[in-house]
Amino acid sequence: MKALRNYLNKIKPNFEEGGKLAMFRSVFEGFESFLYVPNATSKTGVHIHDSIDSKRTMTVVIIALLPALLFGMYNVGYQHNLAIGANPGFWMTFIYGFLAVLPKIIVSYVVGLGIEFTVAQWKKEEIQEGFLVSGILIPMIVPVDTPLWMIAVATAFAVIFAKEVFGGTGYNIFNVALVTRAFLFFAYPTAMSGDQVWVRTADTFGMGAGQVVDGFSAATPLGIAKVAETSTVEFPWSFEDMVIGFIPGSIGETSVIAIAIGAIILLVTNIASWKTMFSVFVGGALMALIFNVAGPDTATAQMPWYEHLALGGFAFGAVFMATDPVTSARTETGKYIYGLLVGAMAIIIRVLNPGYPEGMMLAILLMNVFAPLIDYYVVEANIKQRLNRVKLNK
Amino acid sequence: MANVIKIKKGLDINLKGKASEVLLNGGKSATYAIVPDSFSGITPKVVAKVGDKVKAGSVLMTDKNRPEIKFVSPVSGEVTAVNRGEKRKVLSIVVKPDAQQEYEDFGKKNVASLSADQVKESLLNGGMWPFIKQRPYDIVATPTDSPRDIFVTAFNSAPLAPNFDFIVKGEEANLQAGLDALAKLTKGKVYVGVKAGSALNLSGVEVVAFDGPHPAGNVGVQINHIKPVNKGEVVWTVNATDVILMGRLFNKGVADFTRLVAITGSETTERGYIKAIAGCTIESLLSGKVLDNGHIRMISGNVLTGTKVSMSDYLRAYDCQVTVIPEGDDVDEFFGWAVPGFGKYSVSHSYLTWLTGKSKEYVLDARVKGGKRAMIMSNEYDKVFPMDIMPEYLLKAIIAFDIDKMENLGIYEVAPEDFALCEFVDTSKIELQQIVRNGLNLLYKEMN
Repeated sequence: MKALRNYLNKIKPNFEEGGKLAMFRSVFEGFESFLYVPNATSKTGVHIHDSIDSKRTMTVVIIALLPALLFGMYNVGYQHNLAIGANPGFWMTFIYGFLAVLPKIIVSYVVGLGIEFTVAQWKKEEIQEGFLVSGILIPMIVPVDTPLWMIAVATAFAVIFAKEVFGGTGYNIFNVALVTRAFLFFAYPTAMSGDQVWVRTADTFGMGAGQVVDGFSAATPLGIAKVAETSTVEFPWSFEDMVIGFIPGSIGETSVIAIAIGAIILLVTNIASWKTMFSVFVGGALMALIFNVAGPDTATAQMPWYEHLALGGFAFGAVFMATDPVTSARTETGKYIYGLLVGAMAIIIRVLNPGYPEGMMLAILLMNVFAPLIDYYVVEANIKQRLNRVKLNK
Repeated sequence: MANVIKIKKGLDINLKGKASEVLLNGGKSATYAIVPDSFSGITPKVVAKVGDKVKAGSVLMTDKNRPEIKFVSPVSGEVTAVNRGEKRKVLSIVVKPDAQQEYEDFGKKNVASLSADQVKESLLNGGMWPFIKQRPYDIVATPTDSPRDIFVTAFNSAPLAPNFDFIVKGEEANLQAGLDALAKLTKGKVYVGVKAGSALNLSGVEVVAFDGPHPAGNVGVQINHIKPVNKGEVVWTVNATDVILMGRLFNKGVADFTRLVAITGSETTERGYIKAIAGCTIESLLSGKVLDNGHIRMISGNVLTGTKVSMSDYLRAYDCQVTVIPEGDDVDEFFGWAVPGFGKYSVSHSYLTWLTGKSKEYVLDARVKGGKRAMIMSNEYDKVFPMDIMPEYLLKAIIAFDIDKMENLGIYEVAPEDFALCEFVDTSKIELQQIVRNGLNLLYKEMN
């Protein structure tokens, strides 16, 4: 390790202002602080600092995402096996899914980090680590058969127009990963919905080739409910399947259990707010119950609340997207309101819109817009209370 | 004990290097100095000239805008230097002490028989006034103001802070005299914030006990819980350690700046208290008591609000503590963001240290441990900010120079020190105390 440190110290002058590699300064600093904790010491203010920094925070979020990602990879293979009627065993199933998902992760990171590095260098700033999380979220919230070029275009759009133009990490109004998803959704609707995109039926790098079995449908449960003409719908999956995650859907969203593990990691480490997370579920459940009683006579409206919460991107969005501290409400009271509205709005969109089955993405993006307004009123309430204090003293 | 106020939010950082309650040798300083930068809201006007002979209590400088505020020499001797920096800013006024100390005679006085104006005059002439600060703005108080109340904090809850109960031993009469003097200066009350369970026996003042983690000992937190400052009101704040010096001025008739200074921190070899005079050199306190490996940080004050100093530098006026911690600039921590992190101190549970229990003592160095970012995490500051104020929004109002918002969100109640813990826990490593200081200065300029 000492040798590496010495080597870095030796090449460092090249990257400083005036050095021959100064154009890569941010990149060098990025890698240096990736390898070693920066040992710059405090100049003014407090003399000691907590060990946490934003790199650590992002690392914890990525660790929390891993169970859902790994399960998602397995489920890609599992759904493929169902489609072609094969059973190559656990490892081959996982490897099939791994190979199907990996290129998406690489494309998302290469495009997103490429833009971040360039912008950081251009603004002569440190590379910020916000995209480390966005970059892994993006492949997890798209259907498995999304073409790589679409992911590249959408990622570039989101990073530039949803983040960098606002000033970079911490200044964005919308959740970057969700903007990517929304861009894909509106620009390439046929690749994002329907009953063809959720399960990969073709081979991956020559693996798992086979004929699709007769009568196979790759529709998601919510998609089935949406097109059902009756008010009740028989799913080909049990509720257990939905909780474990053996259903078609975006790569990372299907397993409630894997997402719950992630949620526990986020809550135990104090990274995500339990207030936001909890109230999203409460909001969703309440809204589903309201529709059960007073909603239209459609399958989505009559679906029990626990199925609403387990299906589609609801749980994933509640745990990993709604809790994004930058784009959600930042006041403690605001978090309850924000969460309740995200949950309720997701169910309202699911039930009442005529076109597409899922509502979580739009619900969160919509509430991203309202989060500052919610905070504004919470802060105003505090101001009013403080002014009352003056009156009481008089 | 009248009433106990329980503080829930906050944080006690359990650092290694607490001072044991023993007196150590030391404190004989080759020079003494006044450092104008340690007083806020002051424009120094140097009165003494190099070569002047001064007594303990002779005026060295005054405030240009409020010339009645005098800063006096802590010792008798010869003024050897007036050090200036850029734009002729006064850095320090240095006095070389005589072998035999002589004091200006201010006359013994019975506080009870003095009027408010006489008390004020005595404190101003005796050089004790700069110890009185005011909220709003957290600056040296303006003598012509009449404060709503005066708040005295009689304990320090900061990491490794000296124990006031030990400092006050044998000084009880001086403390009481000082409090009596302060009581003359306000039509309201003098509130003394003590640690819950303290045996301090005081009369003529309102004693309020506080229980809970740091910053329970911060006077700002105490004011907010006892009787908050509203727009248009002025309150004064004093540390009880400085009230003792005020009492001495009346009881002995001299400006005697002798105080107990705690020697603390993980990089010290001997820890305890030293009897020293304010303005002494750091060397006189720390010489022979530190593990000097070239990578230590010496601090006048505590690790959260103190000033970085060197051996040749001086103890700051308000400080009763020096702390020595590792600088940390020679540490290379490989893949710090990825390791499980047992033993790395963090309030968040993102390092596994929290599993090792609360009684463990930590050695923290001066590294920032991360890059500066925009405010990303929410609710970090609130958890260590026990006031009826929204810290994040107040800070944002200050950053945006939004004066109305600053007022509405409570800037008149706070001092930079109240944000020290927020700065410590901040994931984004923003220098919050500096932001608050800038905001207070800006507001002071706008209002006056």
